Amino acid sequence: MRTPIAYFVMLSGILFAIGSVGVLIRKSALLIFMSVELQLNAVNLALVAFSRMNGDLRGQVLAFFSMVVAAAEVVVGLAIIVSIYRRRATVNVDDARELRW
Amino acid sequence: MVAESVGLVPDPNQAMQVLWLVPLLPLVGAVINLFVSKRLGKAAGWLAVVMMALSFAVAVLAVKGLLDAPEGERLFLKHLSDWISVGSLRVNFDLRLDALSATMILVVTGIGTLIHVYAIGYMDGDGRFGRFFAYLNLFVFFMLMLVLGANLLVLYLGWEGVGLCSYLLIGFWFDKTANANAAKKAFVTTRVGDTLMLVGLAVVVMKFGTLDYEVIFGAAGSTLTKSAATVISLLLFAGAVGKSAQLPLHVWLPDAMAGPTPVSALIHAATMVTAGVYLVVRMHPVFDLSPVALTVVTVTGLVTAIYAGTCALGQDDIKRVLAYSTISQLGFMFLAAGLKAYSAAIFFLVAHAFYKALMFLGAGSVMHGMHEETDLKVMGGLWRRMPYTAITFTLGALALSGVPPLAGFFAKDAVLEIAQSNSEWGYYFLGTLAAFISALYMGRLIFLAFYGTARSEAAEHAHESPPVMWIPLVLLAVGAVTVGALATHPEGLLATFLEPISGLVPEGSEGLSTPVFYVVALLVTFGGLGTAWFVYGSGRVDWLSLRVRLAPLHRLFANGWYIDEYYAALIVTPGKAIAAFTAYRIDVGFIDGIVNGIGSAFRRLAGVGRNIQTGFVRTYAAAVFVGAIAIVVYVGFRL
Repeated sequence: MRTPIAYFVMLSGILFAIGSVGVLIRKSALLIFMSVELQLNAVNLALVAFSRMNGDLRGQVLAFFSMVVAAAEVVVGLAIIVSIYRRRATVNVDDARELRW
Repeated sequence: MVAESVGLVPDPNQAMQVLWLVPLLPLVGAVINLFVSKRLGKAAGWLAVVMMALSFAVAVLAVKGLLDAPEGERLFLKHLSDWISVGSLRVNFDLRLDALSATMILVVTGIGTLIHVYAIGYMDGDGRFGRFFAYLNLFVFFMLMLVLGANLLVLYLGWEGVGLCSYLLIGFWFDKTANANAAKKAFVTTRVGDTLMLVGLAVVVMKFGTLDYEVIFGAAGSTLTKSAATVISLLLFAGAVGKSAQLPLHVWLPDAMAGPTPVSALIHAATMVTAGVYLVVRMHPVFDLSPVALTVVTVTGLVTAIYAGTCALGQDDIKRVLAYSTISQLGFMFLAAGLKAYSAAIFFLVAHAFYKALMFLGAGSVMHGMHEETDLKVMGGLWRRMPYTAITFTLGALALSGVPPLAGFFAKDAVLEIAQSNSEWGYYFLGTLAAFISALYMGRLIFLAFYGTARSEAAEHAHESPPVMWIPLVLLAVGAVTVGALATHPEGLLATFLEPISGLVPEGSEGLSTPVFYVVALLVTFGGLGTAWFVYGSGRVDWLSLRVRLAPLHRLFANGWYIDEYYAALIVTPGKAIAAFTAYRIDVGFIDGIVNGIGSAFRRLAGVGRNIQTGFVRTYAAAVFVGAIAIVVYVGFRL
């Protein structure tokens, strides 16, 4: 018997919520980054689940795209974080607040 | 014939065909010197001289060709290129060789060559030696374009060009503020006249549809009403007043003495300042139509001649005496032109070019021998130390004063004779007065500078200048002595040569008999010189204490009747006030106020808006989160 769609959606929602909270409350750029990844994967999970429910492969294709883009984004994001760390020996995002008025 | 035209003997007709070489050669010299003079060193000066001498040679041959032509056909037009073609207006780059321009190019290139030679000695050791000759050659080029142009626009091109060179050369030693200011003053003052002259050119185009002399001269009588002729004449004359330093635009010329002395000789005595006279004579078919304009020319010349003569009496700077003397002499030329004695005006111009160039160069030689001293008060007795300079200078001064048989005698008396023979007694009397003043200031100058006893150390130890400087002086002195032969009376050689261009000299049948006239003339000349000798040369009068006794008069003369001060009060000060008002009230206050107001308004708006940007990453993340929820809620409710 198939696992009901609701389980997947709920899991996706829980993961997304954890990710969101992580983004909002963590100070470390690395952890914020991981939280973003969590959100992305939550969305991917929802996409795949709905795709399977509808018997339509487009959702899964979109999930692949999302993963590829996420991989590229990780490369860039980690590079930025590393270079921030090299300059100021910390990745606390509250310290990097020069870009304001 | 063929062999002659290709052989060693140049054919004068060919010389006329290559008339364009006359202005081109100095231009080539100028361009070469502008770019590579540093490498040429002393050769830069000789290059300029060679260009001038070649130009003079071509000019002589061309004029010879002109003289060989039968009398009625002495006109040669050379089309060089098209220039401007707008609507029905055609202005071509044409040269015109006729009796008038022939006379002028001989003066410009001939005297110019001598002055160039002299300048090699005078400018020796100057840091910008080559640049000086580049400017000098460029000046000659423009001057030749001015006199050779076959239409008013080519003339105007030369006119502005010589003005530019005058500016560059007055301010040649621009690191001295006074020199730079004198250059600016000359440029701006002459610009007043030039602008009016340009308006005059526009009126000519309106009336004739062309600027060509041939057309204008042919059609002037039938096309122009008397008032139109008056307007054109007066506008053109305004240009002449500026360029020839007549009242009221004369103020630049005394200050122009800041330039190197060869410049004063070439530009501010012999050639450029006479361009105004040339213009009036050239355009005389138009002036002839307007008695009003002719009267204005006459009166301006006469008043200037007397005014500048009195100013010359009050100057202690040897070059400023000569500068005011030049203004006065130019006044004589305009007096002649205003009396329709155009050939007399041109003869005066030629004679003046010789003796005044000679005297300026002599003054330069004095300065050279006395370490740049120009003050007459500390000179005296220089003839023992610098005999060549003293003798040639004295000859020039006697020529200007009107001692026969030197050039000035014939030149001045031709003008006065025409005045009195036409019963213009007022003009004759005032002209004679001006002649007396001329003799007086010339006598004062030579007795103070060259005779008597030395009044300073520098005067005792003065030394004669090198031959490269005094040989041109001697040649010019020969000219000043002999050029009178060209016109021993108002119907002389030069007058006959110029007649097809300048018209007959309007010699009346009235007036004094010839012997009486000449006795008066000689009395005036020797009276002036004698008075000057008595006061400054005989040692019987203490002229310095005389000066103190006549202090108000001396101050009036020394300051040029305070005309500079009047201009400063009436024009310059209000002008500066208006400029300050527009600059600081209108521009800074109003226009900048609007621009700055718009800018600062946006700055203030942005100052409010930018507070949103905190720089905290998590604030932005929260904003994104809230925004996402808002969108979801909005979409959810809509569904």
